[in-house]
Amino acid sequence: MKLLTLQRRMARAVMTPLTNSEHMRNRSPKGRSMRAEAASFIKPNDRLTSFERLEIYNRQYWFRIFSALSEDFVGLRAVLGDRGFDALSKAYLRDCPSTSFTLRNLGAKLEGWLRKHPRFVGNRHKLAIDMTRLEWADIDAFDGQAVTALKTEDLAGANPATLRLRLQPYIHLLDLRYPVDDLLLAIKGKDQEDEDFASNAFAEKRRRKRVAAVARLKPANIFLVVHRVDGWVYFRRIEREEFAILTALRAGKTLERAIAGGFRGSATPVEERAQNVSQWFHNWAALGWFGLSDKLI
Amino acid sequence: MPANRFNNFTDYGIGIGLRATHYDHILTRKPVVDWFEIISENFMIDSGRPLEILDRIMEQYRVVQHGVSMYFGSADKIDREHLRRLKALVKRTKTPWLSDHLCWGSVDGRYTHDLLPMPYTFEAAKVTAQKVREVRDFLEVPVVVENVSSYAEFHMSEMTEWEFLNEVVERADCGILLDVNNIYVSSQNHSFDPNAYVNSIPAERVAQIHIAGHSKYRKYILDTHDHPVIDPVWKLYDRAIQRVGHTATLLEWDDSIPSFDEVHDEALKANKFLASSALATAV
Repeated sequence: MKLLTLQRRMARAVMTPLTNSEHMRNRSPKGRSMRAEAASFIKPNDRLTSFERLEIYNRQYWFRIFSALSEDFVGLRAVLGDRGFDALSKAYLRDCPSTSFTLRNLGAKLEGWLRKHPRFVGNRHKLAIDMTRLEWADIDAFDGQAVTALKTEDLAGANPATLRLRLQPYIHLLDLRYPVDDLLLAIKGKDQEDEDFASNAFAEKRRRKRVAAVARLKPANIFLVVHRVDGWVYFRRIEREEFAILTALRAGKTLERAIAGGFRGSATPVEERAQNVSQWFHNWAALGWFGLSDKLI
Repeated sequence: MPANRFNNFTDYGIGIGLRATHYDHILTRKPVVDWFEIISENFMIDSGRPLEILDRIMEQYRVVQHGVSMYFGSADKIDREHLRRLKALVKRTKTPWLSDHLCWGSVDGRYTHDLLPMPYTFEAAKVTAQKVREVRDFLEVPVVVENVSSYAEFHMSEMTEWEFLNEVVERADCGILLDVNNIYVSSQNHSFDPNAYVNSIPAERVAQIHIAGHSKYRKYILDTHDHPVIDPVWKLYDRAIQRVGHTATLLEWDDSIPSFDEVHDEALKANKFLASSALATAV
């Protein structure tokens, strides 16, 4: 047997989902006996059969990637409950195995996958999507690419009609329907407290109540920036017009066009807009949201 | 034999793995530690807090990079994006040598994130050695390979694990990160004499040694890095030191991680064996 053949066969076995009791399946997805498959390339020893030796790797694989996904999506787990999240994880990881050298990217395709598989989230689909987007943004903002922050003097003499500003690559702009930012902070905060004080059952009950309260809310527009300051990730809610301007800038629109588009359909009185824009830019610049671009002007 | 071309002619002593749970202790108390081993993948990122912490630690300590996902033994081609990121980190840390495992873990672009055992065949040795050479040439730093713990053996193997290790390092002309705990774990799982393994390795190629704890189950042992080092592993370490001399030694503790001092104290137990080796050399 060639090296590549062996590795394909073993990887296929290792990545086959476990049974509900977390053991290796007796049959492969194609119906082949896993005992025969294991025996065909793995030696037994005096204590373990070939099947049992292969099962060690099969279980390690699933425990490792389940654990990584659970750590990254504690909010989604709270929204779906443990059983719902486990079922979703198993299906997602079967459909979208890791294609990256780092487990950091394991959940990169989860939002897209969830949109195609709404049955895993029942009547909390939009809430689950919002939470998934937020948690992925949280991961990406933590260690995503940063460029040198723009200074005021970099803009001296710039013409708004041609000026294009580059938003920091690590920043995520999210238009949400549910206040998942507050929910996630509450879940993470409570998780930490519960580690110290409460029983697991009590903590789980409290999480369920909090999620249910958010799920009952009437969906409303929430505009959120996921960014970082001094290495820590923060969530900052912004106005609809701010969101539109930042989105347009990220898309490469000139400053003039971004601002004009940002106020399209806005209820903000015209005479207040200049002051708003000035204040927003002051805040954004202070937070280092703009970076130097090679095609600045 | 401490300084050799495989560890860039350095003479590092006892180090421990750099773990996030100890960051505060290290940065505020500034304990005396000879060197830290970092998991390369934790810092192969674009920017952010992990790199800022690493930079602060490197202001005061020496670090050596240890990888977990190069998969020298995978039949797949090397992931160029992985190499590019790794090289950026090598430039940042100026690691004197770089280690990763003698194993495979990905196929057809899909990653298991595990250290899967190699079939001990000449074909596998050739593929693996070629990859080690490619990585070393690209990174421009000595590359050393670590023996892994294993729970399975293949029918197709044509040699013992230590013969395979020798075959790979000779073909690649690379160094060895000798993990004595992994030798012990595999010896128990596959019923071989761990001393035969240690006695067979080319001493002049050993750049570094790993020690660690493990978990014993009824029918097998798992390499869990969540316990102190047990006596049989210390004995094996002693034997290795007798063979290779005073060598950079690192304690791995990756799960149920206790306080910094507890981990460091456990690592420093290696001093007893290093000292007796030095004494023997002097005599």
